[in-house]
Amino acid sequence: MGKTFKKPEALSDAHTHYCPGCTHGVIHRLVAETIDELGIRGRTVGIAPVGCAVLAYNYLNCDFQEAAHGRAPAMATGIKRVRPDLMVFTYQGDGDLASIGMGEIIHAANRGEKFTTIFVNNAIYGMTGGQMAPTTMPGQRTSTSPLGRNVEEVGMPIKVAELLAALQTPAYITRQTVIKPKYINKAKKAIKQAFTYQLENRCFSLVEVVSTCPTNWGMTPVEAVDWTEKTLLAYYQPGDYKIPA
Amino acid sequence: MAKVLMKGNEAIGEAAIRAGCLNYFAYPITPQSEVAEYLVRRMPEVGGVFLQGESEVAVGYMIFGAAGAGERVFTTSSSPGISLMSEAISYIAAAQCPAVFVNIMRGGPGLGGILPSQADYLQATKGIGHGDCRLLVMAPASVQEAVEMVMNAFPLAEKYRNPVMILGDGLIGQMMEPVAFPDHLKSEPTNKDAWATNGMDHRKSKSRNLVKSLFLDPVQLNDNNLQLKAKYERMRAETVMSESYNTDGDYTGLIVSYGTMSRVCRTAIDMLKAEGIEVGMLRPQTLFPFPEKALADAVSKPSCTHVLSIEMSMGQMVEDVDRFVRGLLPVSWYGKCGGDIPTPEEVIDVVKERFA
Repeated sequence: MGKTFKKPEALSDAHTHYCPGCTHGVIHRLVAETIDELGIRGRTVGIAPVGCAVLAYNYLNCDFQEAAHGRAPAMATGIKRVRPDLMVFTYQGDGDLASIGMGEIIHAANRGEKFTTIFVNNAIYGMTGGQMAPTTMPGQRTSTSPLGRNVEEVGMPIKVAELLAALQTPAYITRQTVIKPKYINKAKKAIKQAFTYQLENRCFSLVEVVSTCPTNWGMTPVEAVDWTEKTLLAYYQPGDYKIPA
Repeated sequence: MAKVLMKGNEAIGEAAIRAGCLNYFAYPITPQSEVAEYLVRRMPEVGGVFLQGESEVAVGYMIFGAAGAGERVFTTSSSPGISLMSEAISYIAAAQCPAVFVNIMRGGPGLGGILPSQADYLQATKGIGHGDCRLLVMAPASVQEAVEMVMNAFPLAEKYRNPVMILGDGLIGQMMEPVAFPDHLKSEPTNKDAWATNGMDHRKSKSRNLVKSLFLDPVQLNDNNLQLKAKYERMRAETVMSESYNTDGDYTGLIVSYGTMSRVCRTAIDMLKAEGIEVGMLRPQTLFPFPEKALADAVSKPSCTHVLSIEMSMGQMVEDVDRFVRGLLPVSWYGKCGGDIPTPEEVIDVVKERFA
């Protein structure tokens, strides 16, 4: 009997530094499987963000550049414009993409840059120790919203997929999650679709992945999955928000 | 070699193409927007890349991305725009990528003005970004020299795997002069397979490359900083450039001046000579590394009693001049930084008042 399950070539042997119950590991694997299945590892360049995934290049085995906080879409633009034959993706968290890097992602999407963004939204800053993000839920307690996010003071959480889908330039914008197997299969399809659009030189593509951060949410991994499904997915509804014509 | 009459900013754009750089990202800012207006037409003619970014912050990282992927790339901006790019410049220096930045300086601080200035000397030579990073900084005094410095900048950036800055004042960008683009300054990009993210398939090694600046291990970070320091020391030993004027005979004082200001000083020196007053001049062509040995030699002349740094700033280069004169002679500064360029008559008055 042949081997039916193996580690993707694009995934390294390193043990990740991610916390128990964190979904970065699952998302890394889906990206790695996609790179393998499309046979593009030898011409793929990833851009690591500032945040928990800054060391993504230790786990994903292809060329990588490391960006400053929020600037990954500008770096991806630079690479893709001078080397359109390369496959380029950014891997960014919500503090990185939706706060300090909001300008870069909107303009890259609006120019229709032919790269792919994996946007990991866990409603909090992870690496810096659990501060409020633009995606933090109303009332959600963080180290910089200890009484809960007060929307009167700081506004409502930003829905990135909907925001980017409102741009008039054609794009593939979708929101997924990976908290349970049924969602993981859909997320995998979406990530592969996003890379395929890039491979076909069709459009900008972004997959928002609603994710967990049990450590900074102060929950067990099981509680975190439950809270994601009940609270985050009610506000950040999964689905395709834009498909290129 | 045929000469053409060109505006400095347009000549800078053409020089990059002639040097073999076909990738340009930029954001509009006076007084250098003509570079982008020239290249948006010219790049398609040579199969190159032109992109107007959404901000200087973003452009800095477009440059980083393209440089990290191993392609020759450059941008042009002016003082406030360079401040916004300085974050990216620190990252590019840390990750040891070659790239060329042109700063056509305007008055500051803040929004300042749009007229010529040399007030970014300290920023360019000492404070371009956070951390222990330095740029190789070249300062042209004519449109022809700007062309040659731009053409030289790309191989130098690749030699040192470090960003290079052309620091020109607004006049260099705005004035028209006859220029030639020397064929011998065209260069082939170096092979970057050892480090660039140009795709594994593309490389013999078939192993992946990382372009990064994060070193969480203190020993590794210190090692990276030692590597950078060694590189800056190599620049000091190999790439310092300066020009002397009227220093063959005796002179009562030495002017140190660069860029457009040095041309005014040259006129003043000729006028003083006609009056029988001999003044020498040292014109740094590289500001980092600073021509410290040439300065030490020039001030060692027994007839020289005073060193005068003349700049379109409130006294920035004078700090380096003072440092390298090492207390051997009095050092003073004269300058303006509002957009008015000191006239030869003003320079003559200052020379007479200070030491002649």
